[in-house]
Amino acid sequence: MQAKKRYLIVLSAGACLALLFCLGGVRLPAAGRRSRHDRSRRSDQPWPHYSDPLHRFQPWDREDTEEFNLHTSPRQKKEANTSAYRGRRCRMDSCFDFSACHRNGFKVYVYPPQKGEKISESYQNILSSIEGSRFYTADPGQACLFVLSLDTLDRDQLSPQYVHNLKTKVQNLPLWNDGRNHLIFNLYSGTWPDYTEDLGFDIGQAMLAKASISADNFRPNFDVSIPLFSKEHPRTGGERGFLKYNSIPPFRKYMLVFKGKRYLTGIGSDTRNALYHVHNAEDVVLLTTCKHGKDWQKHKDARCDKDNAEYDKYDYKEMLHNSTFCLVPRGRRLGSFRFLEALQAACVPVVLSNGWELPFSEIIDWNRATVIGDERLLLQIPTTVRSIHPDKILSLRQQTQFLWEAYFSSVEKIVLTTLEIIQDRVLEHGSRSSLMWNSHPGGLFALPQYSAYQGDFPFYYATLGEGHTGNDLQRSIKPVSLPFFSQILVLWNCDKPLPAKQRWPATSVPVIVIEGENKVMSSRFVPYETIVTDAVLSLDEDTVLSTTEVDFAFTVWQSFPERIVGYPARSHFWDSNKERWGYTSKWTNDYSMVLTGAAFFHRYYHHLYTNYLPTTLKSMVDQLANCEDILMNFLVSAVTKLPPIKVTQKKQYKETMMGQSSRASRWADPDHFAQRQTCMNKFASWFGGMPLIHSQMRLDPVLFKDQVSILRKKYRDIERL
Amino acid sequence: MCASGKYNSRGPALIPRMKIKHRIYYITLFSVVLLGLVATGMFQFWPHSIESTADWTLDKRSIHDAPLIRLPVSSPIPERGDLSCRMHTCFDVYRCGYNPKNRIKVYIYPLQRFADELGVPISSTGLSREYNDLLSAISDSDFYTDDVTRACLFIPSIDVLNQNSLRIRETAQALAMLPRWDKGMNHLLFNMLPGGPPDYNTALDVPRDRALLAGGGFSTWTYRQGYDISIPVYSPLSADVELPERQPGPRRYFILSSQTAIHREYRAELERLKEENGEALLLLDKCSNLSQGAASARKRCYKGQVYDYPQILQESSFCVVLRGARLGQATLSDVLQAGCVPVILADSYILPFSEVLDWKRASVVIPEEKLSEMYTILKSIPHRQVEEMQRQARWFWDAYFSSMKAVGLTTLQIINDRIYPYAARTYEQWNNPPVVKWSSVNSPLFLPLIPPRAPGFTAVVLTYDRVESLFRVITEISKVPSLAKLLVVWNNQNKSPPEESLWPKVSVPLKVVRTKENKLSNRFFPYDEIETEAVLAIDDDIIMLTSDELQFGYEVWREFPDRLVGYPGRLHLWDHEMGKWKYESEWTNEVSMVLTGAAFYHKYFNYLYTYKMPGDIKNWVDAHMNCEDIAMNFLVANITGKAPIKVTPRKKFKCPECTAIDGLSLDQTHMVERSECINKFASVFGTMPLKVVEHRADPVLYKDDFPEKLKSFPNIGSL
Repeated sequence: MQAKKRYLIVLSAGACLALLFCLGGVRLPAAGRRSRHDRSRRSDQPWPHYSDPLHRFQPWDREDTEEFNLHTSPRQKKEANTSAYRGRRCRMDSCFDFSACHRNGFKVYVYPPQKGEKISESYQNILSSIEGSRFYTADPGQACLFVLSLDTLDRDQLSPQYVHNLKTKVQNLPLWNDGRNHLIFNLYSGTWPDYTEDLGFDIGQAMLAKASISADNFRPNFDVSIPLFSKEHPRTGGERGFLKYNSIPPFRKYMLVFKGKRYLTGIGSDTRNALYHVHNAEDVVLLTTCKHGKDWQKHKDARCDKDNAEYDKYDYKEMLHNSTFCLVPRGRRLGSFRFLEALQAACVPVVLSNGWELPFSEIIDWNRATVIGDERLLLQIPTTVRSIHPDKILSLRQQTQFLWEAYFSSVEKIVLTTLEIIQDRVLEHGSRSSLMWNSHPGGLFALPQYSAYQGDFPFYYATLGEGHTGNDLQRSIKPVSLPFFSQILVLWNCDKPLPAKQRWPATSVPVIVIEGENKVMSSRFVPYETIVTDAVLSLDEDTVLSTTEVDFAFTVWQSFPERIVGYPARSHFWDSNKERWGYTSKWTNDYSMVLTGAAFFHRYYHHLYTNYLPTTLKSMVDQLANCEDILMNFLVSAVTKLPPIKVTQKKQYKETMMGQSSRASRWADPDHFAQRQTCMNKFASWFGGMPLIHSQMRLDPVLFKDQVSILRKKYRDIERL
Repeated sequence: MCASGKYNSRGPALIPRMKIKHRIYYITLFSVVLLGLVATGMFQFWPHSIESTADWTLDKRSIHDAPLIRLPVSSPIPERGDLSCRMHTCFDVYRCGYNPKNRIKVYIYPLQRFADELGVPISSTGLSREYNDLLSAISDSDFYTDDVTRACLFIPSIDVLNQNSLRIRETAQALAMLPRWDKGMNHLLFNMLPGGPPDYNTALDVPRDRALLAGGGFSTWTYRQGYDISIPVYSPLSADVELPERQPGPRRYFILSSQTAIHREYRAELERLKEENGEALLLLDKCSNLSQGAASARKRCYKGQVYDYPQILQESSFCVVLRGARLGQATLSDVLQAGCVPVILADSYILPFSEVLDWKRASVVIPEEKLSEMYTILKSIPHRQVEEMQRQARWFWDAYFSSMKAVGLTTLQIINDRIYPYAARTYEQWNNPPVVKWSSVNSPLFLPLIPPRAPGFTAVVLTYDRVESLFRVITEISKVPSLAKLLVVWNNQNKSPPEESLWPKVSVPLKVVRTKENKLSNRFFPYDEIETEAVLAIDDDIIMLTSDELQFGYEVWREFPDRLVGYPGRLHLWDHEMGKWKYESEWTNEVSMVLTGAAFYHKYFNYLYTYKMPGDIKNWVDAHMNCEDIAMNFLVANITGKAPIKVTPRKKFKCPECTAIDGLSLDQTHMVERSECINKFASVFGTMPLKVVEHRADPVLYKDDFPEKLKSFPNIGSL
C-alpha cells in the first residue's frame, strides 16, 4: 500500500514534470506574441531596421518642372484643366467666375418672381432672407451670385410642390449662362423607389445648396450641404435651444432614443429594420412604426403589430427632452428632420447615415457636437455611447446648443450661413478660421472683413491663451494723466464749422477730430481706422464723468471685453396691455441696457454695427437721430447672449439731467421717449425676438461705501455723487 | 501547470503526518518538481535570448536577403482607383471593430523584392531610406500588430513614394500579389511624388483598386474627400539641417522666393514685384556656377551673391511656395521649418493633412492668378497675425512634417479618427502649439447660459460639533426664497448628529450625511443628494448673512454660473522680499479669491475637486485640515480662466461682537499656513491661475436714495 502510494506519487510527479515541460514549451511562442513591450528584441521583429545604404528620396522635381513648363505655360495648363472639369466634377476653380465678386464685393442677386409661378412658403422664406441681408443687390450687373426665383426646393415628382418644365424655364433665363455663379437650393430630390439625387433638370455649372446630399454627389468646396428643415421653420429669430442649465452628472433618464417610421423594404430600410435588436425598453428606447402610407397593412411583417404597440406607449417630446443621445438614422433620404430636432433639444445626435455629407460640413466640426456612427456597426452603438465620458457629453451637449442657435434656428440663419461659406471661398486668404466657425459666437457674428486675426475679436482671448489678453488690451495704453487713455477721438457731427485749434483744451494724448460726412447718428459707430485700441470709451458731448469713474469702468471692461460696460442703465419690459415691448429709464431693480453715452465696449462692435446691421435699421436711427444706443445694446446682447454690465451707483451722467445746463438737448425732446419705444419694437422684430437680457447686479469697487478709511480706497471719487 | 499547482498546495498539509523517510522522499520529489519549474522558467528565456541574437543579425540583415518574387507577365493588374470610394463603401470596418482603446491595428507586409520575368526589378531604387524610416516608425508605434488576422489596416512594403522610380504596370501586379490584397480593401499606400510626364497626374498612377492613398500633391479632382489623406512632400533637408526655432517677429525680408524651377512667366511676375517693392523682396534662383548634386540643393543665388539654403528662409516673414509640375512641393516643409509663413500659390491643391489642420492659421493661400497682387495682400495682414502664423508654421513642421515618422503616424491617426470619430483628437489638440495648449483655457461650461431661477440651490453646511451655531445657520438660510434643499455634512465620527426632533423646523428638505472620516474634502464631495446645479457652501458659523444677501448671491451666480460667487473676498500677493506668494485677508481694493465658507458654485466643480484635482493637493488639504477653499479657487480659476465674484460689501460673518477682523484670521500661524498653501498650489499647477479684479457685485439700487420697500434686496448689510 505504502509502496503503491509512493509509486503513485512518484509517477504523478513525473507526469507533472512532463506536463510542465510540455506546457512551457508550447506556451513559449504564444506568450512571446502576446506581450509586446520590447519588440525590438523578439523573433517576430516587425520591420527590421535595414541598415543598408538605401536610396534616398529626392523630392526636388526641378527637371520635371522645367520639362513640364517647356511646352505650355501653367496658365494654359490650368485653363485646359478647368474646362475639363465640369458637371459632376465642378469646383470653384473650374465652374465659378471670381471676377465679378472681386470687382463688386460679394453681392447676391435674386431673379424677380415670374408671373404664374407659385413659390412655396419655405422658398419664399429663403428668398426674403437673402433680400433682407446685407449681401442683396437688385442689380444683376453687380452680382457675384445669382439665386433663382423658381422654386427648386422640392424636386420629388410625386409632390404637389413640384414645379414642372423647370428645364426649359431655367434655360430661358437671360442670365443663366449655363448656371455659372448660380446657387440652387434644394431640400428633396428623387422619388420612390430609388430617391436619386438628380434634380430633374440640367443644373449646368450651378452650385447646389442641398439637403440630404451624399458624399458621392457632393462636390467639395463647391456645393453646400444644408439641413432638412420643415415648412414651419421660422424665418427669423427662431426658438432658442432647450438646454437651460448644465446638469451634472450629464446623464438623463434615457441613454439613447429614437421614434420614427420603419420602411419594410427598399432603400434605407435596413438600419431602421434592425433597430429592434438594440432596443431594450429601459434606457435604450428605439421605436418604429409600420403605420405610414395608405397600404401599410399589405406590406406588414411579423413584428409590425408588436412594434406599433410599443411605439404608441412613448411620447416623442418626452423622450427627446429626457435622453442623453438621440439616434438619427437615415430615412429614405440620407438626412432627416430628427437631426435638427435632436440638436435643438440638446440631445446629442447619433448619426447613422452612411455617406451623408453633414450640414455645413465644410465649416462645422461635427465631432464636437454629434456622435457619428456607422450603419454597419449598429449593434455596437449602445456600447459606444456608453463609453463616452461624462465630460465629453457635457461638452457635446453645449455644442449642440451653440450650433443650433448660431446656424440652424431659423431659415435666415441657414441661408446666411450658406452665403457666408461661399463668401469665405471668395475671400480665400481673409476668411474665417475653423476656430471662429466652431466657437461662440459663431461665424455669422465674426466678420472676417474686420480682421482674420482672432486676437482682434473680443471672443477668443481664453482659447488663444492668456498672453493675448494682456497684450491686446494694454497694447496702446500709455501712462498719461488719464492713465489708460491713449487717444481721444472727437466726432464733429454738427453743421457748424469746427472750432479753431487754439480753442481746444490742451491734453497730453492725441486728440483727433473727425468730421462726420453725413452728420448722422450712426456715424458714432463707424469703425474709424484711427481707433487702434481694443477698448473704446463712447461719450456724449455733455457727459460728465470723472477720471476715476472712467478708470474703474475700464478695469471692469478688461474682465468682460465682450460686453458693454458703462454707467447709464436702462431696462425693457413686456407691456402686456399694449402687446409690445416697453422702454423705461426709471430706477428699477434690474437693467438690460447700458447706454453708449458713457460706456466702454470693444471696437469690434463698431465694425459689426456698421457692417452687420441692415440699412433699414441704421437709416431709421439716422432719421430719428435717436436709438443708436438701444440698437447697439440689441446687437451686443444678440452676439453675447448676455446682459451688459452697469458699474457703480452713478445714474445721472449728463449736464442736462442735473439741471445745470440750459442748452437744448435731444434728451429734452418729449418725442424722444416715444421714439425709443417704437425703436425697441422695430429692432425686436428684425432680430426675430428680444435679445436683451436683464441683470440684477452692478459692479462697484471692492471697498465701495465701506466704513473704512477713505485713504484705503483706490477709487475715492466714485463715492462722491 | 494546474496539476502541479494542486499537488503543491496539498504537499505541505501532508508532510507533518508522515515519517521522516517519507518526508525525504517527498522533499526530493518536491525539489524535483521545483527544479522542473525552474527549468521551465529557464526555457522561457532561453529561446528568447537565442532569438534576440538572431534578431541582431536580422537588424543587420540586408534588403538583398529579402525573397525575390518574379511576376509572371500575365499576373493580374488591379483596377484603377475608384473615385467614388468612401470609408463606408470601400473600407471594411468590421476588421477594426469595437476596441476599448479605440485604436486601429496596422500590419506591415514583410519585405519582398519584386521583379518581372526577366529579372528587372519593378522599381529602380527599391526600398528608400525614407520609406524604411516610415515603416520602422509604424512598427514601433502602438498601431502595429504582427498578427495579420487582427489587423485593420495593411501597409505594403513596396515603396511607391516616388512614382518616377516605378514601373507602373509591374508595381500594380506586385500589389495584387499581396496575400491579403482582396481588391485593395484596407490597404494604405504612401506616395509623395505622383504622376509623371507629360501631364503629371496629381494622384499615383499605379492601379490600386480600393486602396487608400496617402498622397502628396492631390488636387481637388483626384482627392477623395474623407477617404484619401493628403500628406506633405517630405524634405530630406529636415533630417540634414537643424534650424533653431526663431522668435516670431519682423524679419529682414518681407517676401522670399527660393524655388529654382519656377516657370518663366511666374518668374517674370516675381521680378516685376521685386522692381516695385525693392529690398522687401528677395528673389533667389539656382547658382549657375555650382555643379548639380546635393551641394547645389543647399545654395541659392541672387545676382552672383550666394545664400545658404534653407537658412536664408529664416530671414523672411513670408516665403513663396509656387506649384511646379506637381502641386506638392518639398519647399513647403523647409519653409515651415524655418518658421517662415508659406504663401501657397497652387490652385486646387489639397493642403497636407487639411482634414485636421487649420491652414488659415499658418499660411496664406493666394490664387495663382493673383500672384501680381501678392505684395498688397500680404501687407494687409496685421503684424500680430503674422507672428502667430510664424509660430504656427514652425509648430506644424515640428509636429507633422519633421520626419517620416511624423508623417506616417499623423496619417494613421487621421484614419484612426475616422474609424473612431467619437474618440477623435480635437481641433485644439491638432492645431494648438504647446505654448497655446498650456496657456489657453477651454472652460467645460462654455455655453453662455443664465439658468432659470426655479430649481433653486442646495445649501451644503459642513459641521463638526457646533450644534447651536449650526442650528442658527440653518434657521437663517431657510428664509432664503430660492433654497431648495439643506444638506448637513456631519464630519464628526465620534458623535452622532442630534435627534431629528431637535433640528429646527424648515420648509425645505433637510438631509444629514455622516462622513467616514473627518476630512475637509467631504464638503466638496458630489453627493447624490445635491440635485440642483447651484451649491451654496457655507460654514456652520456664518450667521451674519441676511436672507437678502444670500438670495442676491444666488441671482449673481445665475449670471455667472461658471464662477465662484461668494462673500468673503481674499487676495494673493507677490512678496518681493521673500520672492514668493503671500495670502492677504486685509480689506483691500482687490479680490482674487472668495472663500467657500460662504460661496455659490456649480455642482460640476464638486466633481472636479473630488476626481480631477491635480497632484496631491487633495491629500495635502486633508492632511493639513486647511486651505480647501484656496484649492477650490485655484481649480476653478485654472479651468475657466476667470476671476471669482465677491458679492455685497459684507466682510464680517461670524459674530456681531467681534472686532473688525475675525479672530481666526488674526492668528499669525494661520496666515503663514495659508500663504504656504498658495505657494504649494501654484507649484503644483505650474502657474498662478488666480485672477485679480477690483470689483464686487451689488444690487442695482444698493445705497440709492430710493424707498427701501421697492428694492429687491433692501437688507444688504454694510460690513
